Amino acid sequence: MNTPTTPNGDYSAANEVTLVKSRRSVLQNVWRTLKTAPPTAWFGMVVICLYLIVALFAPLFAPHGQAQVFPMAYAPWSDEFLLGTDALGRDVYSRLIYGARNTIGIAVATTLLAFLIGGSLGLMAAISRNWLDQVLSRFVDVLMAIPSLIFALMLLSIFGSSAINLIFIIAVLDATRVFRLTRAVALNVVVMDYVEAAKLRGEGLMWIMRREILPNIMPPLVAEFGLRFCFVFLTIAALSFLGVGIQPPTADWGSMVRENAGLIQFAEYDLTAALTPMIPAAAIALLTVAVNFVVDWFLHQTSGLRDEH
Amino acid sequence: MHPIVSTIIQRLGLGLLTLFVVSIIIFSAIEFLPGDFGQAVLGQAALPETVEAFRRELGLNKPPIERYFSWVGNVLSGDLGNSFSGRNSSGVDRSREVWALIEPRLANTLFLASMTALVAVPLALVLGITAALYRNSFYDRIVNATTLTTISFPEFFVGYILILIFATYFKLLPSLANISDSTPLLEKIYRSTLPALTLTLVIVAHMMRMTRAAIINLLASPYIEMAQLKGASKAKVVLHHALPNAWAPIVNVIAFNLAYLVVGVVVVEVVFVYPGLGQLMVDAVSSRDIPVVQACALIFAGTYILLNLFADVISIITNPRLLHPR
Repeated sequence: MNTPTTPNGDYSAANEVTLVKSRRSVLQNVWRTLKTAPPTAWFGMVVICLYLIVALFAPLFAPHGQAQVFPMAYAPWSDEFLLGTDALGRDVYSRLIYGARNTIGIAVATTLLAFLIGGSLGLMAAISRNWLDQVLSRFVDVLMAIPSLIFALMLLSIFGSSAINLIFIIAVLDATRVFRLTRAVALNVVVMDYVEAAKLRGEGLMWIMRREILPNIMPPLVAEFGLRFCFVFLTIAALSFLGVGIQPPTADWGSMVRENAGLIQFAEYDLTAALTPMIPAAAIALLTVAVNFVVDWFLHQTSGLRDEH
Repeated sequence: MHPIVSTIIQRLGLGLLTLFVVSIIIFSAIEFLPGDFGQAVLGQAALPETVEAFRRELGLNKPPIERYFSWVGNVLSGDLGNSFSGRNSSGVDRSREVWALIEPRLANTLFLASMTALVAVPLALVLGITAALYRNSFYDRIVNATTLTTISFPEFFVGYILILIFATYFKLLPSLANISDSTPLLEKIYRSTLPALTLTLVIVAHMMRMTRAAIINLLASPYIEMAQLKGASKAKVVLHHALPNAWAPIVNVIAFNLAYLVVGVVVVEVVFVYPGLGQLMVDAVSSRDIPVVQACALIFAGTYILLNLFADVISIITNPRLLHPR
């Protein structure tokens, strides 16, 4: 069984190569790839894992509840309140930890929804190449002509600010970018002979999308997922910072920056107080940098994309 | 007709069409308002007659298409309607004209944007060209790492770091950019230094990276190799042979980033309490003052579309293949 031959006994080099690969378990293969990753990618992956752990187990790490109010407003950094308290007397450290859960959770949900909408419509447009493609493409052109933050602000003023509205609005706006990319990369695959063969076999649209095209356009989509996540994450943070995104008392990093921004003016008396609003902002920046590093490495791995010659 | 003229006319027509569709989208914002927003704006205590009068004033009793054309006509003649705020349930109307709210702020925003552009564009070009010139050197790496970081940072983070350092720790610059029409020009520039610096840091990164990439991309061409073999100096190769051919992508990126400024100002204006259009829009969104939101969105989207159109036209004009058709 473990010989590099085809069933009828001939030697096959292709079989021998796949044999080595299949002898290793999936874990071993992943580990081999990871070992070649540059330090920046490692840094990114470690940071992302830490964020995920904090987000998933937020109640275990947080000493207090996210909306629990203590009778001390603007308490300085201390053992009980590691990063002090905010204007209402809520523990900033606990809110920071719950903020990971809320901010990242909403951003991931939004990105997934954007990919679900944009990805499936993009695939459909690429396969059918008929009026549907035309209508969708022109519609996306118009949506992309308006800056998305401005569009989001306008839609939020109509539908009101809530987490659900935020997720849907940003997801639809970002789905336009996903649509463009999916359609573009899928167009190269749709013309392949094996897709034609599947069509002739009489496979349905869904089957062709899922089994023939999707596996072949995965790498650019995964990279785009990382970049889209960064973009969505920053947009949601910006909207929350502007006060029209995630609403209180839910802790999230964007609105925490806004709530504590006034503390910056006390920098000369107590530097730690001035740093309080900077920490959630830094948390946002660190995650974005980390994701960017990993995506950079991933793109390098899958496509050999380089900006140098 | 010269092919370049027809291409440009085509592109301009497409731009106008986009503008038209975008205006329809922005107009229909009011259609999607859930429930009876006459009641919502005027309050629960409003009499049915007051609500009816308000609806009549907005023309809600007319068909949407008719309202759209009268709205566009009014916008084109500079009448953006009246704000929702300042109205109350008793029917007393203290609302202000939207244009009166927007006009002074639009001037402030344009001032901030042009101040940023004047600093950012030359800076980005110099950084990009020098980074391409000394590729893979220590200098290149520092510039690259710095710009990658500023791209990943949210605008408000950059803004607050600058406030923390320059305004509150070392008291060099004011943290609040409260300017008005009567502020003298030098004082205006002094007070807007920090917001302009924040925006500069954010957009220089994109422009610099694209400039660098555009030039490096060209360095692989045969004619560059020829120039190198001829013995031309590194600076001459980049400035004299590569740069003229890189203008199209660079100008494109500059216009795109100036369009991005339009969006960037919203957050930065809120950070520095700068009395500009972005802040007005955010306030209007919080209070759900739809006419003001519509007007701001129209101005922002219009500027964005026009700048992108401009970038397209420039890249068409500078394309040698289109300029000298066979």
